[in-house]
Amino acid sequence: MAGRPEIVEQRDWTGIAIKAFSPVVSVILAVLISSLIIWAFGKDPVAAFSALIRGSFGSMNYIGETFLSAVPLMFTGLAVAYGFRSGLFNIGAEGQLFMGGLAGAYLGVVLGGMSVFIALPAIIIAGALAGAAWAFIPAVLKARVGAHEVITTMMFGYIARYIVSWLVTGPLKAPGPIPQTDLIGAGAVLPRIVQVFPALQLGRAHMGLLIAVGCAALMWFILKYTTTGYESRAVGFNPLAAENGGISIASTTVKALCISGALAGLAGVVEVLGVQGRIFDTFSSGFGFTGIAVALLAKNNPIAVIPAAILFGALSAGSSLMQLEANVPIKVVSIIQGLIIFFVATEPFVSKWIARRRKEVTARAQ
Amino acid sequence: MPLLEVREITKVFPGVLANDKVSMTLDAGEIVALLGENGAGKSTLMNVVYGLLSPDGGEVLIEGKPANIHNPRQAIDLGIGMVHQHFMLVEPLTVTENIVLGREPVKYGQVIDLAFARRAVLELSGRYGLKVDPDARVMDLSVGMQQRVEILKALYQGARILILDEPTAVLTPAEVRELFGVVRSLVDEGLAVALITHKLEEVLAIADRVLVMRDGRLVGETRPADTDQAGLARMMVGRDVVLRVARTPGSPGEVVLSVDDLEVDDDRRLPAVKGVSLNVRAGEVVALAGVDGNGQREIVEAITGLRRPKAGSITLRGKDITRATPRQTIAAGVSHVPEDRHRRGLVLEFDIAENMVLGDHRKAPYAHGGIVSTKAVADTARKRVADFDVRTPSIHVLAGALSGGNQQKVVVARELGRDPDLLIAAQPTRGLDVGAIEFVHEQILAERDRGKAVLLVSLELEEVLSIADRILVIYEGLIVHEVLAEEATDEMLGYYMTGGGGSKLSAPVEKGGS
Repeated sequence: MAGRPEIVEQRDWTGIAIKAFSPVVSVILAVLISSLIIWAFGKDPVAAFSALIRGSFGSMNYIGETFLSAVPLMFTGLAVAYGFRSGLFNIGAEGQLFMGGLAGAYLGVVLGGMSVFIALPAIIIAGALAGAAWAFIPAVLKARVGAHEVITTMMFGYIARYIVSWLVTGPLKAPGPIPQTDLIGAGAVLPRIVQVFPALQLGRAHMGLLIAVGCAALMWFILKYTTTGYESRAVGFNPLAAENGGISIASTTVKALCISGALAGLAGVVEVLGVQGRIFDTFSSGFGFTGIAVALLAKNNPIAVIPAAILFGALSAGSSLMQLEANVPIKVVSIIQGLIIFFVATEPFVSKWIARRRKEVTARAQ
Repeated sequence: MPLLEVREITKVFPGVLANDKVSMTLDAGEIVALLGENGAGKSTLMNVVYGLLSPDGGEVLIEGKPANIHNPRQAIDLGIGMVHQHFMLVEPLTVTENIVLGREPVKYGQVIDLAFARRAVLELSGRYGLKVDPDARVMDLSVGMQQRVEILKALYQGARILILDEPTAVLTPAEVRELFGVVRSLVDEGLAVALITHKLEEVLAIADRVLVMRDGRLVGETRPADTDQAGLARMMVGRDVVLRVARTPGSPGEVVLSVDDLEVDDDRRLPAVKGVSLNVRAGEVVALAGVDGNGQREIVEAITGLRRPKAGSITLRGKDITRATPRQTIAAGVSHVPEDRHRRGLVLEFDIAENMVLGDHRKAPYAHGGIVSTKAVADTARKRVADFDVRTPSIHVLAGALSGGNQQKVVVARELGRDPDLLIAAQPTRGLDVGAIEFVHEQILAERDRGKAVLLVSLELEEVLSIADRILVIYEGLIVHEVLAEEATDEMLGYYMTGGGGSKLSAPVEKGGS
């Protein structure tokens, strides 16, 4: 290769750093602007955030609460991220979560008398399958007739919610005034972390955390080191080129949406087995939708979903202490979440702006 | 004082020095051709001038004054216009609406004065001989006409410097001649034109001055009178280039691909291929020559399994693959260099290594039991990058970051590396420079000489005549003429390609090959 200018194979480390840290910048900006809002309402932002931080990480017990809130978001964050990596927007994770939760609540009662070592894995797998099955129908509709998954998964979300609504007021209703299912049996209860590792006094946090972290690692491996992940990403980036490379767009789409649905189903079943012990109308506080925010913040990277979910978990866990001590309404947390998403979404503009500033600074320095 | 002066522009992309202290001038009333291979940095330089890219060093001067251009809006205000390879028109709007878009003349303060706009467009089109219907909708216009609209738009915005990026890549020969007439009349009116191209004959035909770029640097300047095609090619590539590859006649063997009475619909479900029969033998290159959109794409997609044929049959070495999926056709021994490498050939967001095994990614040694062996993938990618001279700092560069020529080399390396029985090469040299064209042609002929069957789909007569053994002319979904390459001429092929043979009379021809 004569006559070629020498090009050193160097990486643009600053660029990579900007990319990796831009979610951090988004969070900081969100905190600053919410501080202004809190201040504008005549409250003390420093006191508010100090209470928020203490209420989420201030003690082992609070950390446990943070993990407790983070676990379903990890699963739904992974679910949405896997969809995005395959070019699919699974906006209906909430519905798949309800189906997973329903399977958990039902089987938790039926199989609850069995040994933990049999019942627990069986029910968790059933929950994942229920979520996958609920995603399967929109997936086939997408693959066969091109029905857009944003519409179909969302509609299936409503269907799932109302099926659960009907079952808990009717066929599966536990005795008593409250519309909910029976409490699951002892063999189906997901143990708390402290029960397994007595040294970790993490309060109510349960072993679902380990399952979620394990799923993140598994998803990272699938995307990077399996043909399934390779084909998913290829179809996600350029379906026509993937097709030319012998990859079936239809079956890859179905597979990817089912994997996504299985992860969302895990969120539901783990929440039932680890926290609520039963299913009822409002057992999910929009985990499926917050999962979209988690995936965005993590830029669809499965490992990054873990800290992103913990951040969102901390916001919801710490908000009560914030209200109690600083007298700032819990809803401010929603404002912070919204601002984080806003800044993550505008990240391309921000990093462009940073790059230009960087250039101007170096130009001046020369 | 030159109208435009570029001083020591440097532009760095990650891993690539796209412009290395490039300086040039452009005077009013002259046509300067920027000649260079794909990836030499011509478009980068002009995108800097037009404000689409900000340089890492150097400056741009307009009439001697330093111009601070950060975006195209500022460039336009300084009298710079640019017509891109991919047009930026709003298709449902009319010609007039497109031309005045962004600078609409208004009356009564708010209302767009379309009558005034229309008169302005007619006046401009009359002055420069750019005939165009101001009321036609852009979506109804041919590509050549759309290009005129782009040029008129730049003129309407007051361009004194007009940059044309590969303007002839999408045009027919007749349209190219018309375009050159227009460009000449523009400079006669005192405009300055910068023409980005890698086509040697165009440079010689139209340019007043030629600047040659290679690897991001300006390597030479000459005038057409002082040089010839071979001379330009040498400057451009840095070595002697064979403009037409040396070719020995093929020695056709058994039939590899056999297509019988094939009928295929296009995307709008209209008949595109209306009963085509052809065969390709081992050790021969059969060219499917024709004007774009006469059913070539549909034939190729039917053979490769990307599109379901409506009727007819396709067999490969006696095996029926009429309804095979793309995966099955790959397994059966078909390789496909698609006509559009961005659309079908590459996953631009994948790195070179990942692209190099697309289609083979399930097979050993690249994967065992569904687990990818990144080492085997990297080893193969490194070998193919070396074998096919893909210019890249690393196999982990994203395919989207490569120049067009190098992207095509990745596709060709992958498809030939699979060792197929049949190679389908659809417009394999589209948008490539002479050096890369020579390389691709050599590879195709080498494949033939190894006893492979090659079906070449091309719009370029030059290409068809230089590497095919047998030529089939396709017109309106039918094979209207078949001829051996040594008996074919430009005029004859052009005649049949444009319907001179009459499509009605054309029963599928079977001779020479069957």
